[in-house]
Amino acid sequence: MSSRLLEIENLNVHFHTPEGIARAVDGVSFHLDAGETIGLVGESGCGKSVTSLSILGLIPSPPGQIESGKIIFDGHNLLDFAAERLRKVRGHEISMIFQEPMTSLNPVLPIGRQVAEPLMIHQGLGKADALKKAARWLDHVKIPAAAKRLNDYPHQLSGGMRQRVMIAMAMVCGPKLLIADEPTTALDVTIQAQILSLMNRLKEELAMSLLLITHDLGVVAQMAARVVVMYAGQIVEEAGVGDIFDDPFHPYTEGLLKSMPRIGEGIGGAKRRLSEIPGIVPVLTEVIQGCKFADRCPHAFDVCRRSQPQLTDVGRGHRARCWLKEYPERRKSDA
Amino acid sequence: MPDAPLLNIVDLVKQFPLGGGFLSKPSAWIRAVDGVSFKVDRGESFGLVGESGCGKTTLGRLILRLIEPSAGRVEIDGQDIMALDRAEMGALRRKMQIIFQDPYSSLDPRMKVEGIITEPLRATQQLSKNQRREAAAELLEKVGLRRVDLDKYPHEFSGGQRQRIGIARALCVRPDLIVADEPVSALDVSIQAQVINLMEDLKEEFDLSYLFISHDLSVVQYICDRIAVMYLGAIVELASTRDFSVATRHPYTEALLKSVPLPDPHRRTEPFAMEGDVPNPIDPPQGCPFHPRCRYRFDRCSLEKPPLTAAAPDHLVACWLNGGKGLGNED
Repeated sequence: MSSRLLEIENLNVHFHTPEGIARAVDGVSFHLDAGETIGLVGESGCGKSVTSLSILGLIPSPPGQIESGKIIFDGHNLLDFAAERLRKVRGHEISMIFQEPMTSLNPVLPIGRQVAEPLMIHQGLGKADALKKAARWLDHVKIPAAAKRLNDYPHQLSGGMRQRVMIAMAMVCGPKLLIADEPTTALDVTIQAQILSLMNRLKEELAMSLLLITHDLGVVAQMAARVVVMYAGQIVEEAGVGDIFDDPFHPYTEGLLKSMPRIGEGIGGAKRRLSEIPGIVPVLTEVIQGCKFADRCPHAFDVCRRSQPQLTDVGRGHRARCWLKEYPERRKSDA
Repeated sequence: MPDAPLLNIVDLVKQFPLGGGFLSKPSAWIRAVDGVSFKVDRGESFGLVGESGCGKTTLGRLILRLIEPSAGRVEIDGQDIMALDRAEMGALRRKMQIIFQDPYSSLDPRMKVEGIITEPLRATQQLSKNQRREAAAELLEKVGLRRVDLDKYPHEFSGGQRQRIGIARALCVRPDLIVADEPVSALDVSIQAQVINLMEDLKEEFDLSYLFISHDLSVVQYICDRIAVMYLGAIVELASTRDFSVATRHPYTEALLKSVPLPDPHRRTEPFAMEGDVPNPIDPPQGCPFHPRCRYRFDRCSLEKPPLTAAAPDHLVACWLNGGKGLGNED
């Protein structure tokens, strides 16, 4: 059962800024199968959030503009949809949870109303029925005494509880795809564990696909089946989660993995110096001839600075955007 | 007093009033820091971990006397900082500096980098303008920036570079102790490694001690020699980094360690879901503050608060299990 649920083809999203055109998403293509979890990884400004907002038609325009590409969901190109038709998909077949539950919940509406609202809009339920179903969902996401808390306001809940409300709201209509943008980044580690466990359980129950956007490689390792790594608006590597961690091809992915301190590492032994990725990410308005990572790459050579590598297969469905595919002898073993 | 530890904290308490106003009394008090004691030796990196609201940031600020404690003592080099007047405190500030979490809001946007870095020098030393500029340039190079950056404004730098500027500012008075409050939490992974390595190098070069406050266990474990775990304003476990990881004694420490998602797809573990939230500090639970969430609790835990006692040499724990020794996770 590997039916394509979502297929993004050559997506380009530009932001028109006083400094010039920022290519926030620069030719991104990937797909997501039904029931699959993909981890979309990268650092601030790499385009992971803009990619996900494009799927929902939520790019602020101006200054943002989807220049070209296709976003095919369940056989239809969402970019062809008029605003009204897209609204029927959003919150119904595709839902999203954001990093900061306090700013994405309405502070002046009781949480019961907020969870019930998608049911009233998308499924035409009456208020009483919708609230009843909302209470069941709040209970399902383990809000204690859910039925009594329908009239609570977001500020009366803790951060973890608010994120549970967000999840209930995203789930009530039984979406086929859930986009979760850094869903646990603002939470404490013990609460993060609770929320990840909840998301895993619901994903199984609803046979839903999950696009998980995060910078936390631990979360990715525990949740995702496939990983897409983005850098400066482009996909630089894509592979099964095992391949990404065991055998990363792209020097950026490798650098990310090595730069992370790990729990329990080096206890009683010598301390490993963390490996750094030198420098900083390029400015998105800058036009770069060659590979966007070349300035920070320990293996870079003349070709890398001259022309841009394509995202190509490096074996077993593992894709990478790197000249080391053509010039393997250039990979330095000690870098 | 050469034998005194660099930092000695004794029974430190900070209460914040809740409600109340100009003439009315507060309706309640929150004990944000509730009787904390520990020492930091010269050259040591001491980690303070815990979740939001556990009091770790308040504690950091008390140590620098950015806020006044309600009770208890803070000694730097054997000197009680509460006994100092304003001028003496100013001189003592040269011994300790702070680095903040958010490199965006902790630098004055209208000041050039030179001014930001040398501000502590203007306050505490008599150097000419040229000497100050020279000192700032030297420090910038030490933290991996360039002399030309002296005349730039904070907005011209990335987050990681701003944190470097914050570090240069802290180093400027050659302090003995740096309180680092979540210094890398706002940074991307690749930049985080740069700043951690920089802090390690500077520690050697400038003979620094760190009080490293963070919620990120992997970072704290990497940097620190000893770690204290805080829960609801009190230390529940204090041990060497090694014992903290392999001979964990407090159930809360165990839960924290097991909650961190492992960056290893071949070792998928069901997230260690500890029930419930951190309790409301206005109305802390009776007995052990952690007992409502503890999987090992028994009758005594809800009745009496366990004291922080030595369960093994240099290993303190506040837990009633095994006669006050906590979990028996001996290696």
